[in-house]
Amino acid sequence: MTNTLSLAETGHFALVLAFALSIACSIIPVVGWRRGDARLMQLASPVALAQFAMVAISFAALTQAYLVSDFSVLNVWQNSHTDKPLIYKITGVWGNHEGSMLLWILTLAIFAASVPLFGKHLPRDLKALVIAVQSWILLAFTAFILFTSNPFDRLQPAPPQGRDLNPLLQDLGLAIHPPLLYIGYVGFSMTFAFAVAALLIGRVDAAWARWVRPWTLAAWMFLTLGISMGSYWAYYELGWGGWWFWDPVENASLMPWLAGTALLHSAIVVEKRSALRIWTILLAIMTFSLSLLGTFLVRSGVLTSVHTFASDPGRGLVILGILIVFIAGSLALFVWRADSIQSKGLFAPISREGGLVLNNIFLSAVTGTVLLGTLYPLLYENFSGQKISVGPPFFNLTAVPLFLPLLVAMPLGPFLTWKRADAWAVSTRMFGVLLISAAIAMGIYLWRGGSLAPLGIMLGFWLLLGSLWEPLWRAKAGRAPLAETRRRLGNLPRAMWGGALGHAGMGITTIGIVATTAWSVEVIETMRPGDTIQVKHYALTYETVERVQGPNYIDDIVRFTATMENGRSFPLEPAKRFYPNRNEPTTEAAIHTLGFSQAYVSLGDVDVSGDGTATVRAYWRPWTTLIWYGTIVMFIGGFLSLMDRRLRIGIPKAPKRRSAPATMPEPAE
Amino acid sequence: MRVLGFIAMLLLALPALQPAWALNPDERLADPVLEQRARDLSKELRCLVCQNQSIDGSDAELARDLRVLVRERLTEGDTNAQVLDYVVARYGEWVLLKPRLGGHTLLLWVLPGLLLIAGASMGRSLFRSKADETVAAELSEDEKQALDRLRG
Repeated sequence: MTNTLSLAETGHFALVLAFALSIACSIIPVVGWRRGDARLMQLASPVALAQFAMVAISFAALTQAYLVSDFSVLNVWQNSHTDKPLIYKITGVWGNHEGSMLLWILTLAIFAASVPLFGKHLPRDLKALVIAVQSWILLAFTAFILFTSNPFDRLQPAPPQGRDLNPLLQDLGLAIHPPLLYIGYVGFSMTFAFAVAALLIGRVDAAWARWVRPWTLAAWMFLTLGISMGSYWAYYELGWGGWWFWDPVENASLMPWLAGTALLHSAIVVEKRSALRIWTILLAIMTFSLSLLGTFLVRSGVLTSVHTFASDPGRGLVILGILIVFIAGSLALFVWRADSIQSKGLFAPISREGGLVLNNIFLSAVTGTVLLGTLYPLLYENFSGQKISVGPPFFNLTAVPLFLPLLVAMPLGPFLTWKRADAWAVSTRMFGVLLISAAIAMGIYLWRGGSLAPLGIMLGFWLLLGSLWEPLWRAKAGRAPLAETRRRLGNLPRAMWGGALGHAGMGITTIGIVATTAWSVEVIETMRPGDTIQVKHYALTYETVERVQGPNYIDDIVRFTATMENGRSFPLEPAKRFYPNRNEPTTEAAIHTLGFSQAYVSLGDVDVSGDGTATVRAYWRPWTTLIWYGTIVMFIGGFLSLMDRRLRIGIPKAPKRRSAPATMPEPAE
Repeated sequence: MRVLGFIAMLLLALPALQPAWALNPDERLADPVLEQRARDLSKELRCLVCQNQSIDGSDAELARDLRVLVRERLTEGDTNAQVLDYVVARYGEWVLLKPRLGGHTLLLWVLPGLLLIAGASMGRSLFRSKADETVAAELSEDEKQALDRLRG
């Protein structure tokens, strides 16, 4: 038992040590850089590793306290219960404010530690400063945890039983969504650190961009997947099949994604053409600032939502302080030092660079729109004392139309050549894709009618086919013998496949969104055992109702049989779940996937003790899974790009190593 | 104190944590056109006791009352705009998920356009400053093929 008794103190102590180390690591490398002292700069690497070890021990200690249900720890008592299934004991660690902040700094410490691990060829000064900037962030947030949100606070005397975790969070989604999202959010701290270090040193070159790109890409990949998994979680857990709500908390994760997507593209220009350097630095700062803003919005409690757990205004003020110091500080540094960075490289408006600038203009406009829409109610109330709402109808009218031109232009971009492109030649190359997409739209129009939906589907296929056409075209598909094309396909750089898949994934998601929005069918009925309703392609028959005891909940399960038009049938068993420990209900929707479409049933009120009358919401959601499959394709695209030869090899140190990328036919993204 | 604060915040947050199951069958209007209008309007009205949820997607008692109210107004022959005016007169502008265009929301509604214009002019200056200097074209397709042949 001594083990359990000292567990919380071990974790607390390790966190204090991490705090102390982060102070050292924030100062020493910077001093070393100022004095040109190599030994002081080299100290950054081992200290970054030690920081990570301490935060990891701290996190492990909290996890162990959850595993053994140590209710003498306040945080464990508030969020756990001995009956809770093992997986939720683990995920419950970050299903609360303190624990999720600990996960946040763990992710940050991992990124900081990966600089010495993966950055062996980084210039010494850049490496030291990047680690130092990471440590500034770690310092701020470790202090925040220690002084306002200590997860190791004790509770005396220890209660015999805990209060259990918020039922909505007792889901596999909690195991997946927050860690992915945090890798994304915090991953952008890497780009931020590189940007600040570059400003201090006054050097931004192709090598810098080549270092920054993989980190940006990795953060972007995980943020993409994190947002997508969160969306699917909301889709099945909230019980009415919505998948995006323009909730401020969702917007908080969307903004860094939008800015990060812009950054990903502008960094290509820096790497390949040395242009847009200053803009890229600014974007890197803005992207991480938006990640911090997201953390502030979610953690401070200025917004109330499922994500906010418990919050108090004092903590909010501290995070706001951190936010202001980092954003204002880095922007001031930017204004002061931007002159030291020269952009060069000439290009015509119609060129690969021009296309990427267009991408950045639109993505920035969308980001700004979402930002203002999210903050406007807060600002307005602050200045006028009156409340207004900015909800989904606003964003659907502003952000979505701003995003559409991007989708139209997306497959064209990769066909543009650097510096100056031939618009006519690019158009002719895409003519076939346009024809096929238009034919599909025509078919959809003849089949289902409508005007916007066929156009939307056309846009989706234009994106999907156009993106995949690019590598095929470069391999001379149709213009050279098959064997030649195959050989050329094999020789294309992986980054090109990555870019094509990233864009194609967006097309798949677009098709899913359009189909689901246009053709979903919803039937809401009051049903009794024996009743049957027709929901588009399936007949739903109410069989029985039953109360079932779960590990820490009670389920009222209604068993349905769904029969498709072709006679195939499958069970659908949605439930209303009640958690007595928390005295809270949840809906457990039943979902059956057929191809890319889904039959979705959830329950309103169920009279389980009487005649079984239930309010039933049944949906047919055509092609709905494409929304999330598309994001998985984007993730795979990012992964392929990361595996690209030139990123794995790193920066060529001497001119003799320039062979690898240079012999590629056209190393485009 | 912290525990009490925690519980208080949790209680305050409870309405937001309730899962949504929205419209009930017994509220529905017989006329499908009117019902569709009611659904559309419901998506633009905020549930007053929940956070960031329309009355269409909320099971709160007050959301239900509002849904019924919207249907009553529609049955009495109100236009969509009249229904919204009626609800705003009672509950304030906060109830609208799509804020009205006015002096107080001007910035909100024009910013997307302004951002685009600003971006476009910045982009243009990027090209204009370099207009005098010649921009060499990339190799043409034929030249590239020739180069590929030479490289083998």
